Amino acid sequence: MTGVASSARGDLKLTSVTKSYGDFIAVNDLSLVIPEGSFFALLGPSGCGKTTTLRMIAGLEEPTHGKIALGSTDITDTKPYQRPINTVFQNYALFPHLTIFENIAFGLRRRGLKDIDDAVNKALDLVELPHLAQRKPTQLSGGQQQRIALARAIVNRPALLLLDEPLGALDLKLRRQMQIELKWIQREVGITFVHVTHDQEEAMTMADTIAVMNEGEIEQMGSPAELYDNPKTAFVANFLGQSNLIKGTISGSDGDNHIVDLFGQKISLQKNRSHAVDNSILAGIRPEKFRISRLETSTSGNILTGGKVEDVSYIGVSTQYQVLMPWGQELMVFEQNDDGVAPFSVGEGVNISWEPIFTFALRGDEDAEAGTEVSPDEDLDEE
Amino acid sequence: MRKIGTPYLLLIPGMGFLLIFFLLPIFNLAQTSTQTPKDGGDTGQYEQTFRLANYADAIFENREQFGRSFLYALITTILALAIAYPLAYAIAFKGGRFKNVMLVLVIAPFFVSFLLRTIAWKQILGEEGFVVPVLRSLQIISESTTLTSSPFAVVMGMTYNFLPFMTLPLYASIDRIDPRTLEASGDLYANGFTTFRKVTLPLSMPGVVAGTLLTFIPAAGDYVNAAILGSPQTKMLGNVIESRYFRIVDYPTAAALSFTLMAAILILVTIYVRKAGTEELV
Repeated sequence: MTGVASSARGDLKLTSVTKSYGDFIAVNDLSLVIPEGSFFALLGPSGCGKTTTLRMIAGLEEPTHGKIALGSTDITDTKPYQRPINTVFQNYALFPHLTIFENIAFGLRRRGLKDIDDAVNKALDLVELPHLAQRKPTQLSGGQQQRIALARAIVNRPALLLLDEPLGALDLKLRRQMQIELKWIQREVGITFVHVTHDQEEAMTMADTIAVMNEGEIEQMGSPAELYDNPKTAFVANFLGQSNLIKGTISGSDGDNHIVDLFGQKISLQKNRSHAVDNSILAGIRPEKFRISRLETSTSGNILTGGKVEDVSYIGVSTQYQVLMPWGQELMVFEQNDDGVAPFSVGEGVNISWEPIFTFALRGDEDAEAGTEVSPDEDLDEE
Repeated sequence: MRKIGTPYLLLIPGMGFLLIFFLLPIFNLAQTSTQTPKDGGDTGQYEQTFRLANYADAIFENREQFGRSFLYALITTILALAIAYPLAYAIAFKGGRFKNVMLVLVIAPFFVSFLLRTIAWKQILGEEGFVVPVLRSLQIISESTTLTSSPFAVVMGMTYNFLPFMTLPLYASIDRIDPRTLEASGDLYANGFTTFRKVTLPLSMPGVVAGTLLTFIPAAGDYVNAAILGSPQTKMLGNVIESRYFRIVDYPTAAALSFTLMAAILILVTIYVRKAGTEELV
């Protein structure tokens, strides 16, 4: 069919894309490159603009400003039906009047392709539901509908596959299973996947690269490990997993390390893990990086003394402690239950220590609570 | 036993009503349709002679009105569908917060009597209305052409009167369409027209079937529009039945015509619903 830009292939490039509805700016001056063949996740809380970004890539929304290009082809003004891009919608949006076979064949028929049976059957095999070809969507379970929605998009071999919270409606167990399966399918077909989710665990399980979005902007972009180990902002530190952020001052230097003063106690911080702009910082340590020890035990690395256990939660693989520090802040400590040491009890005095390489630092003027108030399992809809 | 009995108990009032006010009159009508005038009796006195030829006579005599009834009903249904579909679509998808107001406006004419509304159309299309002078000045119709007492006026009146019966079921089924399926269609390489043909229209078929039936059936049996807006040349079957019954007191012919009309509608509707059900009409 003429007019279909199906030949366009390559990296997806968004340049200064802005979308505003009246006074409300949903997406603000967003630029990013999604390399061809990658599994890319847009992660953020409800209303952060991730779905709007996805819809602009699909062509279902028009950017107020900015450009969207696929390879060397500018697709900013291209109609959705002319883009070599397919979407797996949040609630699947299967065609209720068509059989599963016809649902999957829909895109192929629209492009006027002949002999499509083979392609449709292969797509059904890929999602392991070949026996459902003649059913109607309403006769399928949520998980099955999800797979059909995926097959209906993938069968077209688009340059780009967009997934809008595709697993949001599934129960936890099925969701985990589909995450692994989606990742496998992505490797199998080699299509660029852009996955929108509010679930940080989902994003980290599947994506090669994650862009964390907040209030219409990208906070940080990188591999899951990069984002988790060395977050740039308090929002990322808190939204991806949990973080202990402690106010401190850089008080000196020792080779490649800063010496940091945390309420009178000195710790060390690798210079290249600091995102601070001046001497005032927020020192960050992930709860599972902490070791907890009785006052008399000697430990190495960075040590904070004078803690008192406030709360103990035993959750099987680990024990979670809330430790009250002398300056009044409660720190979270996750201890693996693998050392045979008896758990600490509430009220006990403890020291906290960790390997200096795990310390990261954020700008001192950041809100240490940013990103914590949004529960990652909140409602799915953005609009 | 009580648990099985309750639903049947609940059926009794409705069934009783239908028995007394539907089945018995139908039976009575069937009886009347085969009667012949009583020898030496007064006008309006008939006796049962089981004369089935009454039907052949009635149909043959009024074949023109039969054809006209179905033709007018068909044109009315098509016009109403053409007007109501975009209207229902706009209310369902673009109505926003004015949806309910617009729906009330669709049924607002019901607050005025059916007869009054039909008479109003006589004025709209009459010499004193604005339509005729405008069309004449635009030279769309000649100076001597009038719009009243014409097939045009009858069909316009029927289209207008039955429009809400078309609009409401259409709205109900279009409103149920998930707009994301339309987005999905666009996403899967279908342009606007193809999306309408392949997704919107098939999904709204229940409304199309219900709306066309609710329009066609009463339109085929209607006589008010033809009586008020038409002329002797636009007589429909309803008008014949009315005059046979009330003026000529020819009960058997009126009954035979009623039965034939009912049977004809039933057959047409059955064929139509079958076709629509198997999506052959799509």
